[in-house]
Amino acid sequence: MSFITRGFSGRSRDRDDRLPPGQTLVPDFPVLSAGPTPEVDTAEWEFTIRTESGVHRWNWDEFMALAIEDVDTDIHCVTHWSKLGTNWRGVSLDTLFEHVETEREFVMAHSYGGYTTNVPLDELLGGKAWVAFEFDGEPLEPEHGGPARLLVPHLYFWKSAKWVRGLLMMDEDEPGFWEQNGYHLHGDPWTEERYW
Amino acid sequence: MSEAVAQRPESNAPSAVPPSAALRAVPRSGWHVATVASTRRETPNASRLELDVDGWPGNAAGQHLDVRLTAPDGYTATRSYSIASSGTGTRVTLAVDKLPDGEVSPYLVDEVRGGDMLEVHGPLGAFFVWAPDAAAAGDSDGDDTGGPTAGTRPVQLIAGGSGVVPLFAMAAAHGAVADSTPFRLLYSVRSPDDVYFADELQRLAEASAPLRLDLVYTRRAPDGWPSSPARITREVLETAVIPAAERPRVFVCGSTGFVERVADWLVELGHDARSIRTERYGGT
Ligand SMILES: Cc1cc2nc3c(=O)[nH]c(=O)nc-3n(C[C@H](O)[C@H](O)[C@H](O)COP(=O)(O)OP(=O)(O)OC[C@H]3O[C@@H](n4cnc5c(N)ncnc54)[C@H](O)[C@@H]3O)c2cc1C
Repeated sequence: MSFITRGFSGRSRDRDDRLPPGQTLVPDFPVLSAGPTPEVDTAEWEFTIRTESGVHRWNWDEFMALAIEDVDTDIHCVTHWSKLGTNWRGVSLDTLFEHVETEREFVMAHSYGGYTTNVPLDELLGGKAWVAFEFDGEPLEPEHGGPARLLVPHLYFWKSAKWVRGLLMMDEDEPGFWEQNGYHLHGDPWTEERYW
Repeated sequence: MSEAVAQRPESNAPSAVPPSAALRAVPRSGWHVATVASTRRETPNASRLELDVDGWPGNAAGQHLDVRLTAPDGYTATRSYSIASSGTGTRVTLAVDKLPDGEVSPYLVDEVRGGDMLEVHGPLGAFFVWAPDAAAAGDSDGDDTGGPTAGTRPVQLIAGGSGVVPLFAMAAAHGAVADSTPFRLLYSVRSPDDVYFADELQRLAEASAPLRLDLVYTRRAPDGWPSSPARITREVLETAVIPAAERPRVFVCGSTGFVERVADWLVELGHDARSIRTERYGGT
């Protein structure tokens, strides 16, 4: 349906192959939140994975004792902002799921503050997702999801649940908070799965 | 462990929006061709755009849309804009602030004129909305048990600059149906010239379902104003916001930095985080 907009020439032509359609490069860090930023103390922080057979838990110290990876990646926010070459440290979901047995194929990520977002399990495994607690060499700020957030950079960034506190395994894919409020169930930036 | 227990988040849960309520509140979004019916200066730095949107399904107060501009060589730029109007019609009002080095806002503020066509996608966002009849449905914070009925919870709107756009839509929707819910708007502007929807807000403040309007001037106050210009502080929030004890539903909109500061202070002042809904426009 696209047509040329009269009188618009646009500012930049620094199109970069790493930039998905409809995205604009931004130097600062985009923030998408539906409410106030929760303050979460690492002394009380806990991360859980809940399956049909039980709950796996890590407190902050246990979590920090896991294998930590450096991640260099681009991030794409549904509000049309992208940031290239961001640097994170976190624990791979492959590590977290190493001893988790489950038949369930879908995940609901739960956050402090009550937010949820849904992701299929196979989108989280195979080196595609982390629970990140450091950004650019600094502890992750609360505004950006600290102390720890999910990092699923190949999907729009709302899937990278800020203030993450646990994953619930589900039999069926169900919409989380963001998805119930209009965002796409899956959220691939390369096919512009922004809204339903 | 039982599924029901597992799925219930253990802490406060804004996620308790039942899908049915969300689906009912929002018409399905899609791409539409909008024809610019008129434009006018809203403030020295902003323009108001009236759009006739072909096939627009209507929108709730507080929703936004995406505008996509396409250059002759196919290059596109897309940005989000809140909708200042609500209801079932196909006429949609936007108000856009010009960022000096911006790519899209200077075009929308200075270049666009009547008869131009724009591509828009929407309506978008089902959480940052207010509707009179659906105050109950929209009141999905899940924290209402035992409290006064949802419709009677007062509404506090807090705007920074162009962040007033969706909040004006809410206040106007409230005024249009003479809804009895108490409404109050705290609006931070640079100077008296920078007030968006100044006449409309004045009329709403004098109407039968009144809106209480509190202005904060950050750069220049009107002559004789009791306080000198300053940014909103926690103390201002303490005096010019419906107290937490009255359990207002609070909507905060503006630049990311403004929203972060205000929302943090509201929580410090005892407002339930689940009652605070935010829209962050970007910037710092
Ligand atoms: C849901 C939503 C609703 C919005 N509604 C409105 C609206 O009703 N009216 C309106 O005027 N704007 C609104 N915005 C902001 C709008 O989408 C654009 O970001 C804004 O118009 C700037 O675009 P630009 O192309 O002119 O500037 P760009 O070329 O994109 O940006 C120039 C620079 O300014 C910074 N910047 C981007 N946005 C802002 C900002 N809001 N404040 C300060 N600095 C910023 C960028 O980081 C960049 O460095 C909304 C944003 C969102 C997410």
